[in-house]
Amino acid sequence: MAVRRLHPDQPQTFEFTPENLAWAQATISKYPPGKEASAVLPVLWRAQEQHDGWLPEPAIRVVAEMLGMAYIRVYEVATFYTMFQLAPVGKRAHVQVCGTTPCMLRGAEDLIKVCKSRIHSEPHHLSADGAFSWEEVECLGSCANAPMVQIWKDTYEDLTPESFAAVLEGLAKGESPKPGSQIGRTASCPIGGPTTLTDATLFDASSIGAWKKRFDEAEATVATIGVANPAATVAAAPAPAPAATATSPAGPVAQSTTPAEAVAATGGAATSGAPGETGGYAGQSGALAAVGADNGPPLPAKPQLLDAPRDGKGDDLGLIWGVGDKLHEKLNQMGIWHFSQIADWTPAEVAWFEAEMQGFKGRVERDKWIEQCRKLATGWRPENEAGERPKG
Amino acid sequence: MLADKDRIFRNLYGFHDSGLDGARRRGAWDGTKFFIDKGHDWIINEVKASGLRGRGGAGFPTGLKWSFMPKNDPRPSYLVVNADESEPGSCKDREILRHDPHLLIEGILLASFSMRAHSCYIYFRGEYIRERERFQRAVDEAYGAKLIGRGNVHGWDLDIIVHHGGGAYICGEETALIESIEGKKGQPRLKPPFPAGCGLYGAPTTVNNVESIAVVPDILRRGASWFGSLGKPNNTGTKLFQISGHVERPCVVEEEMGIPLKELLEKHAGGVRGGWNNLLAVIPGGSSVPCITADVCDEMTMDFDALSKAKSGLGTAAIIVMDKSTDIIKAISRISYFYKHESCGQCTPCREGCGWMWRVMERMVKGDARKAEIDLLFDVSKQVEGHTICALGDAAAWPVQGLIRNFRGVMEDRIDQRQKALKEAAE
Repeated sequence: MAVRRLHPDQPQTFEFTPENLAWAQATISKYPPGKEASAVLPVLWRAQEQHDGWLPEPAIRVVAEMLGMAYIRVYEVATFYTMFQLAPVGKRAHVQVCGTTPCMLRGAEDLIKVCKSRIHSEPHHLSADGAFSWEEVECLGSCANAPMVQIWKDTYEDLTPESFAAVLEGLAKGESPKPGSQIGRTASCPIGGPTTLTDATLFDASSIGAWKKRFDEAEATVATIGVANPAATVAAAPAPAPAATATSPAGPVAQSTTPAEAVAATGGAATSGAPGETGGYAGQSGALAAVGADNGPPLPAKPQLLDAPRDGKGDDLGLIWGVGDKLHEKLNQMGIWHFSQIADWTPAEVAWFEAEMQGFKGRVERDKWIEQCRKLATGWRPENEAGERPKG
Repeated sequence: MLADKDRIFRNLYGFHDSGLDGARRRGAWDGTKFFIDKGHDWIINEVKASGLRGRGGAGFPTGLKWSFMPKNDPRPSYLVVNADESEPGSCKDREILRHDPHLLIEGILLASFSMRAHSCYIYFRGEYIRERERFQRAVDEAYGAKLIGRGNVHGWDLDIIVHHGGGAYICGEETALIESIEGKKGQPRLKPPFPAGCGLYGAPTTVNNVESIAVVPDILRRGASWFGSLGKPNNTGTKLFQISGHVERPCVVEEEMGIPLKELLEKHAGGVRGGWNNLLAVIPGGSSVPCITADVCDEMTMDFDALSKAKSGLGTAAIIVMDKSTDIIKAISRISYFYKHESCGQCTPCREGCGWMWRVMERMVKGDARKAEIDLLFDVSKQVEGHTICALGDAAAWPVQGLIRNFRGVMEDRIDQRQKALKEAAE
């Protein structure tokens, strides 16, 4: 955390120019009604640009009033975000030297020496003529072009102390040195030319429409097998989800108990042959699920089950708090092997599961299985083998 | 090596037209309506089947994340694209934003549709000013061509709002990013509730990295099985690697996931400065992951699972290479300074711990410490790790732990040298 305070010498007032005021109003209107505060960063930024590159205290008041925010909230924002300069900066250039490790490894310290000798021995101080100031900043996101500096809106990359001094010299003379790489590279392409993307057919529009082929082929396959069997359609889909192919041969459709589930399960495959009809199905399944949610407990729907764990190894479901060895075994028998399976459950699928496991009602919710499994699916592991007791 | 035809970012370096016409010639906006007509769940299932894992660092499966969004909620749903690229070493999103913006805009439309969102906010880091201007132009172009906006040709209304930050690393954390869009300080929220339940403006929100979204149109066009066939199981697809530090030709390049590190560096970056034997260590995934030593690098492949097995991580695939001339303690100490500077100050272990670790690291650089303090430093880093609301505490602790695990000898030598010098001066 950096402690940042307002400068002791402040102007009396601040007023947006008519153009900037109009711009600010347009920016505020981009956000939903009542969320005007969202515009605080862009509007403060515009104020800083108008005020010679630093943000005076009266501007904070003006912006607070404009957005209907408490003064302290805008003050907090101005002091939290380090791009807001709270003290005067050089009129010609405020140099931000990236000093973080990737730039440091390629000579950022030498650039800082140039700043110290050319501008001022301390950061955030004006040079003798008031034209320059500098600071060391944290990573500016141009690491493949290190070392680099940012001056106003532009970056100057692949610098040496000499080329950096030349950039400063140019700015001092009122010129505008060319931004970007100072050794003639294009963006982050390797020096000496690209090692990739040399195939001319990538750029001659020859790939347009190529994607259709796999759908046409899939359609042809479906036609030969016969569309009557939805399970076959699933198998013939061009890129079957691993989970879908692993489902028991009977298929999710045949056993599912609600129309919503049936529609959802076949959605992708069934519609591939008839794109014209797809508009309604998603909304329809949504509406059916909504009915379930509104009228008491949802109708049970069977979740996706696997014949065998993916990659031959299941997750250690015992890490879910509330699941012991016995239950772990039972889950595996049902075809539940992975945290991600449980993490995906809808209320309808929870209902199906709890109905299968007699005397289990409410436990998934109470022990927050889904929440736990989402966390576990990310690779997170509890400290204790029995799992971590969910809070609340 | 990945064949050129399998690359997604065809204008990575900006040699070609980044506007709509150029993007179309390279295959963008081709068949978008067809995929939208296939329905919300079809898109999510394709993305799930492709095995795409989030490209922002954590590697959470993207399709699974999307499926957490509620399907019939009276509140609006939001997609938020995280273009707050600030992890030291990372500079990939910048290339997408300024050179291939239409892939991202198309991806935003498809992702928003699959999650039933009509508004997408894209949060640029404050310093990417030119990139933001360039992207805004592309968005305006897409509105003009009725590809997005109200009543567009795809039949799904979508507004894209370009937002920008003020230079805070922490806003790359998804809930801090949401706070920042709401006009507050970027301080992460306590979870749960997760953004999918209560995110931006209290509504269901999914936050995705730029690269994760920008690859979606190509996954749909070429098929989940194509994407899944690249890379390794559980680590599929292509990835933008960013190579910086002590290599002959630093660059950003798209390669297959799971490519051997040595091959990656030698093929595209001209190899380590002074040859492979001059390699000291590599930070393989941006500043927050622990470094790995040269002998581990020999056989290392660049994917989530291999790197986490080596007690490091793929992170954003930002590879910082350090040759034998590097003062490794100083390099890591600079990272500690970074985290001290960027801690939002909300949780005590991080606010106090990051500064403490940096101050001790600065003494370690000079050797001005006792050897027992190395253990103390490790111990304190363990007290920061996992005891904060967001992962910044972990990110600050891991580089220090990686240093101690791999270069304890160097740290002890430094202390011995200083002791010796002091003794000689006294005599």
